[in-house]
Amino acid sequence: MTTRAFGEPIQRLEDPRLLTGQGRFLDDIGHGALAAAFVRSPHAHARIVSIDVTDAVDVDGLVAIYTHEDLDGRAGEPLPLLIPHAALTHGRTAYALAKDEVNHVGEPIAMVVATDRYVAEDVCARIRVEYDFLPPVVGIEAARDGELLVHEDVPGNVAAHMVQSRGDAVAAIEAAPHVLELDLAIERSASTPLEGKGVHARWDADDASLRVYTSTQASTSVRAALAARLELPPDRVEVIAPDVGGGFGVKIVHPWPEEVLVPWAAIRLGREVKWAEDRREHFVGAAHERGQLQHVRVGFDDDGRLLGLDVTVWHDNGAYTPYGIIVPIITTTQLLGPYKPGAYRAEFFSLYTNTVTVTPYRGAGRPQGCFAMERTMDAVAAYLGLDRTVVRERNFIRPDEMPYDHGLIFQDGRPLIYDSGDYPATLEKLKKLVGWDEFEAFRDEARAAGRRVGIGLACYVEGTGVGPYEGGWVKVETDGSVVAATGLTTQGQGHKTVFAQVVAAELGVPVDRVTVTTGDTRRFGYAVGTFASRAAVMSGNALATAARKVRDKALRIAGEALEADPRDLEIVDGVVRVVGSPSGAPGGSIPLATVAVLANPLRYAFDREAERATQFGGPVDYSKPPVAEGESPGLEDTGYYSPPRSTFANGMHAAIVETDPDTAEITILRYCVVHDCGTLINPRLVEGQIHGGVAQGVGGALYERMVYDDAGQLLNASFMDFLMPYSTEVPFIETDHLETPSPLNPLGVKGAGEAGVIPGSAVLASAISDAEGFAITRMPISPSDLFSLRLARESR
Amino acid sequence: MSAAEELYEVSLVVNGVPRSATVPARRLLSDFLRHDLELTGTHVGCEHGVCGACTVLVDGRPIRSCLQFAVTVDGAEVTTVEGCTRPDGELGHVQQAFRECHGLQCGFCTPGFVTTITAYLEENPAPTADQAREAIAGNLCRCTGYQNIVASVLRAAELRAERA
Repeated sequence: MTTRAFGEPIQRLEDPRLLTGQGRFLDDIGHGALAAAFVRSPHAHARIVSIDVTDAVDVDGLVAIYTHEDLDGRAGEPLPLLIPHAALTHGRTAYALAKDEVNHVGEPIAMVVATDRYVAEDVCARIRVEYDFLPPVVGIEAARDGELLVHEDVPGNVAAHMVQSRGDAVAAIEAAPHVLELDLAIERSASTPLEGKGVHARWDADDASLRVYTSTQASTSVRAALAARLELPPDRVEVIAPDVGGGFGVKIVHPWPEEVLVPWAAIRLGREVKWAEDRREHFVGAAHERGQLQHVRVGFDDDGRLLGLDVTVWHDNGAYTPYGIIVPIITTTQLLGPYKPGAYRAEFFSLYTNTVTVTPYRGAGRPQGCFAMERTMDAVAAYLGLDRTVVRERNFIRPDEMPYDHGLIFQDGRPLIYDSGDYPATLEKLKKLVGWDEFEAFRDEARAAGRRVGIGLACYVEGTGVGPYEGGWVKVETDGSVVAATGLTTQGQGHKTVFAQVVAAELGVPVDRVTVTTGDTRRFGYAVGTFASRAAVMSGNALATAARKVRDKALRIAGEALEADPRDLEIVDGVVRVVGSPSGAPGGSIPLATVAVLANPLRYAFDREAERATQFGGPVDYSKPPVAEGESPGLEDTGYYSPPRSTFANGMHAAIVETDPDTAEITILRYCVVHDCGTLINPRLVEGQIHGGVAQGVGGALYERMVYDDAGQLLNASFMDFLMPYSTEVPFIETDHLETPSPLNPLGVKGAGEAGVIPGSAVLASAISDAEGFAITRMPISPSDLFSLRLARESR
Repeated sequence: MSAAEELYEVSLVVNGVPRSATVPARRLLSDFLRHDLELTGTHVGCEHGVCGACTVLVDGRPIRSCLQFAVTVDGAEVTTVEGCTRPDGELGHVQQAFRECHGLQCGFCTPGFVTTITAYLEENPAPTADQAREAIAGNLCRCTGYQNIVASVLRAAELRAERA
């Protein structure tokens, strides 16, 4: 295998294990563990009057039942509010087990530990909870109305109210030649990874240490949170993310109630305890996202150039705010996309409802923002009778305006400054790919055959690689193999492959000699987590830094051994040699494995390699200490990457749809993507990320919604009723890309994880509107929704 | 419920190896394979027969192991993803195709696709792209958008033909 792996579409190193059933997901470990199950609230809003376990205690195999009053010390306190913000004036978080009141269906009330999950669920069914019902607040309108309250000490159900502005948007709109107003809505969806959450904990009383495996996107922070909650020294707590079966945002939240409770019970019982979330639990006990109402006022000139944009967002944050107000902040900042909005004002209200908590789902507020902006662009184009691409083009930030400062504060608390991107070139590529200029001929042809078709497009800019930092550690072993670790976690992105590509390129070794560990606090203690398309940017650059340090050290040591200037040396295929010389040249090269031996002087020879490193093993320069001043033993080093601010990827999607004139069935005929995520480490994996994102975008646009009734019951909490797309619902995806390197980081990379999902609702709304001849303003849209819209228009 | 559950001996041939365990009547085949036999390659994604992650082959036919009690397949031959390798332990044709085509990301749903496609190709050795898409239309994947899984089906058919 070549060392030139960076940028190549190589096959993934993690696949053989996963393909042969040798992966180890959470529920694949801990066969001897006790099983936990939870009694969860069947009501959306109620006071707990009593919990009666009389019928439950004699079930054979029961080990323990716990309720809130059993939770001693800090385990009984409300869960942390992970991201506080000055605008979040009324943040509220749940208890690990409900204390006195429940605020959504699915909130955990009691934990049962038993010999196996079947028995644990038997026990749950026999625990009787008496409730005093409170009126539930369901839906954004009810929350905004404020007549009924979710939390009695939160007036108007307003968790947060925030305004950001640049210039005087209200005045700019007043003075504009044309003004339009739009009312828009996006419903709830959810990450729904195929593997739910899960936790396994083992307390070692002899060692006074806790090991926790959890299906998380943030193992390092789970460790810190558990140490705090369980009042343990952090160095006695290890947290490991095993193979994780998808995350998409929901697993960034921590600690989940179960993440506190399972280790807490394991310590208390002195036994291994495991909990694997089932599908219904995941629907009602994890998190959702997306639900927003939006009002847009836009002022523009005769050419369609925006002069002022004023957006108000009502964001449904569910019952609690453990992850703060990141989602609406992202919506109101990333809404701007590739455009200059003129004066801008964005206001949001983050509102409580008696429904499952809302935390980031892939895209994290961007799909909603993109929907608002792109619906606005289409509205402006329709009003002026201009081509939709022309209006967009006229409002683009030009490449020569980069870096472009929007004058706002982004989700990382830093200025919203775009680093690079070529939006006109991206649009040109997209128009060519989809055949934008030839579409009218196709429409005419279709119309003649009695068919109704439409084309749409949507553009986005995505802030990726948010800080504060990630780190990486790289070590060359004495057999020449390379091990590397980074603290952030992986959920299917192929990090072990792309990070190996980065390290291999820096070190000059074959990529299959590099083994990468992620998300294991035993291997790397400092990390933030995997979210916001940040892993490749953050850990990629951190590992590159670490590998470069190791390389420099290897060249210093090899330089001494070869009596050569390190600047004249290179590493090729794991061998250090004088630049340009063949590896076999006598005295002119030394294997990296040997350098690793030399890097660690030893007293004891435990194997053949070690023998060469012992004190009597060879000629010695007595004037120098065995480990040179300023050096440390071993061919290893650590590096960190902390960006000044986020780097901004971008892309544009176009779709051609057909809508059945009779049944209103919506079919996607073509789906085209042009994206620019900077330098590509592995094009095959980036493409995979785009495909997966598009599938979720299509799901969110046409199929997925969380259907709550007025009582706050989630009516479709199963894969039978929540319509996640199968292969037959996802179109063939055509892709093209640009590579505009980020000037902010050494590798020039930008994130790609969320790109595919962002414009889904926007582009399909655009295409359906084009097919139907009227503006679609609410997503998702089903055939019956479209049918109803047609009827309503006809009856006008 | 205070009395212990009645237990039954269930004997299966799993991936060519006779295996047995003593379990309650309500033990699902998925749990039997995963927790009693510790063959954890078979995954459980929904426990209501919709996602297909738990698909295994029972006497050569794909079934949802989360919808079947272990006692009802006593005596059957079961193939799981662990059994879809070549006899020498190398990747089987479907597994190899998934690797070549980047047909998996997190890998959680993958075992159900591998077993489903293995059975499908036995009956339809040379599918078109459309047929390949239909063939996997009963399995959910949240990562890949299916495009590379469709490609994997087609590639697996090629590899199967080459290796025959």
